[in-house]
Amino acid sequence: MGVSWEDVVEGMEIPELKKNCSTQQLVHWAAGSGDFYQIHYDLEFAKSTGLDGLIVHGALKHAFLGQLLHDWVGNSGRIKKFGCSYRGMDVPNENILCRGTVIKKYEENGEKLVDLEVWTENPKGKRTTPGTATVRL
Amino acid sequence: MTDSSNDSLITKEMLDHVGVESDPWICEVDKTSVRMFARSVGQIDPVYYDEQAAKDAGYRSLPAPAGYLGTPIYNPVAKDNALGMVGGPQPSRPLTRILNGGTEIEYLADICAGDVLTARSHIANYEERDGSIGPMLIVTSKTTYMNENDELVAIMTGNLIRY
Repeated sequence: MGVSWEDVVEGMEIPELKKNCSTQQLVHWAAGSGDFYQIHYDLEFAKSTGLDGLIVHGALKHAFLGQLLHDWVGNSGRIKKFGCSYRGMDVPNENILCRGTVIKKYEENGEKLVDLEVWTENPKGKRTTPGTATVRL
Repeated sequence: MTDSSNDSLITKEMLDHVGVESDPWICEVDKTSVRMFARSVGQIDPVYYDEQAAKDAGYRSLPAPAGYLGTPIYNPVAKDNALGMVGGPQPSRPLTRILNGGTEIEYLADICAGDVLTARSHIANYEERDGSIGPMLIVTSKTTYMNENDELVAIMTGNLIRY
């Protein structure tokens, strides 16, 4: 069951989604998404490019935000648009907190729409993946 | 950005390439690939795994989880039309490193297992910027996805950072 239109208030936070990627999950994602760039699972390769270690795929964090939105709107709602920028790197075995707040609630062409600000947050509270979304309820 | 002086990473060939549509490539959405993608994200909704649950929720079959736009058909002896990470004309100086800068997907209709999507992409913009990692080239690409009924189902905009 997704959120009901009546319960949506501008400014409200939506329920957060906590993620924490094992290196195994990154390999799983590589296969699921088809992104086999080695900085995500080959430590030596990652270091050779100047990174301190393995990093979480940006597109996986995008998909996490997609799950955050799906879990909120449920199957009677739809994600119309969602996007994010990869501003900071996240690493395996550290919490990635996916969060969102309602920016605007409106009706357009007979659709009940909600605009949101969404982001992932690292344990220091830095927003590593800020983005926006529009969902239909 | 239209200046292709000696210092610029952006060449005239690159600018001429902006907006040029690629040949199409096919992306298949099937039950196995939907389950695999959903599982790798950690999705917990049964609609991504159980076809009956998906139908009960009003989908034709397992819906594609957010971020999944099908899997390009791999064929080692066929030409690869997908834009790839560093396709098209190359910058004036070699850039060997790549970071994903951002992703946006706009959905216009449901995508479900059984769909066969036709993707076409083009470079929408090149931008040069000086960042903490040195001179960077930001490549914005747009990819459209049509389903088997010639219905536009999704538009993906991606930013790639080369440095």
